[in-house]
Amino acid sequence: MAGKCHTAGTVGLVYGNDFGTDQAADQQAPAPDGQAFAALLADEGRVEPRDDMPEAYRKSLVRQIAQHAHSEIIGMQPEGNWISRAPSLRRKAILMAKVQDEAGHGLYLYAAAETLGVDRADLVDQLHTGRQKYSSIFNYPTLTWADVGAIGWLVDGAAITNQVPLCRCSYGPYARAMVRVCKEESFHQRQGFEILYTLSHGTPEQRAMAQDAVNRYWWPSLMMFGPPDDDSPNSSQSMAWGIKRFSNDELRQRFVDMTVPQSEALGLTLPDPDLRWNEERGHYDYGTIDFTELFEVIKGNGPCNAERMAHKRGAYDAGAWVREAADAYAEKQARRAATAESVA
Amino acid sequence: MTTKDWPLWEVFVRARRGLSHVHSGSLHAPDAEMALRNARDLYTRRGEGVSIWVVKASDIAASTPDERDPFFDPAADKIYRHPTFYEVPEGVEHL
Repeated sequence: MAGKCHTAGTVGLVYGNDFGTDQAADQQAPAPDGQAFAALLADEGRVEPRDDMPEAYRKSLVRQIAQHAHSEIIGMQPEGNWISRAPSLRRKAILMAKVQDEAGHGLYLYAAAETLGVDRADLVDQLHTGRQKYSSIFNYPTLTWADVGAIGWLVDGAAITNQVPLCRCSYGPYARAMVRVCKEESFHQRQGFEILYTLSHGTPEQRAMAQDAVNRYWWPSLMMFGPPDDDSPNSSQSMAWGIKRFSNDELRQRFVDMTVPQSEALGLTLPDPDLRWNEERGHYDYGTIDFTELFEVIKGNGPCNAERMAHKRGAYDAGAWVREAADAYAEKQARRAATAESVA
Repeated sequence: MTTKDWPLWEVFVRARRGLSHVHSGSLHAPDAEMALRNARDLYTRRGEGVSIWVVKASDIAASTPDERDPFFDPAADKIYRHPTFYEVPEGVEHL
């Protein structure tokens, strides 16, 4: 390559999904070799849209980001269930803001996935037809108001532990979306903690309700970190690619160590008789997690799998008229603008 | 089945007066007006902005990553464009 010659450069578009006919040169380019990609990762640590990347890296990211986006969207349901029954106007306003945030997080993530050359409409379709998954945690029911607190404290707490390292993930658009998500999640966790703190310092019935919610959500929250490291086949590839920075078990331990002192402040117990401080390790030991339950829920046999999907598809279909109206309005405006232009 | 998706818009937000608009992310919308409203709801829920631009992603022309080296090379060997290239005698100040 003549290093000093001036290149006008090819004019392209910003993302992979915008490859049009003028991008023929790109399509003819040889497949990226692993070494060049490894060098890019080692050198700059960040991959941006339309960089040459191995197909397996791209596919793995699309799968992970889409599943993450779907989880945010389905995650609106368990809490949305309590908006109409929140115990005060203050709690209701807060819960609405939180559920709206979850919708926003889903949209940031779909946008990040689209930079990899997929369409949001296809991803949503794959969710609706069961070809892509969402986090199993949202297949548990929210039986009481205290469950809204437990979700904020434990489920969002576990999600934050998983997500903070993703802010440094090798794929730029995913990392940037996660920075925004993490900033907003910290309000979610605090509001959950506050709900439980209020209940645990209330009447004996309120306190019992808080304890019951924690009893039901503790183990599923630990399962959010995925299978143990020995049993997690994709993890090492993900770490080599700089998508994942810490192993499932490392993150789970971090979450346990953070949460135990908070449970003491709440005056609530975590339902694990084996949970105790290990002076030697400098960490809390915890009991064996029953992963057969997790795999059952992933297979679709959780308490709410069918309900969540039916609600999601129903909401999409019920919103069709809004999309059609917006289309019709946009077309009318465009037509009027064109007429005005031709008259002028 | 899912119908066709709306066009993709890129969103640029001015955080406060005195700063330039910075790319925040993207969204789908049927027209510019809806894109602006959606951008407000999606990217400024916590007062992150005082002004928003939206532009269709398909209207943005971009340099290609493959050609990054030859495209930006012309700047690489012109180190005399930086003040550190010049020798300044001992004791000369405010230069």
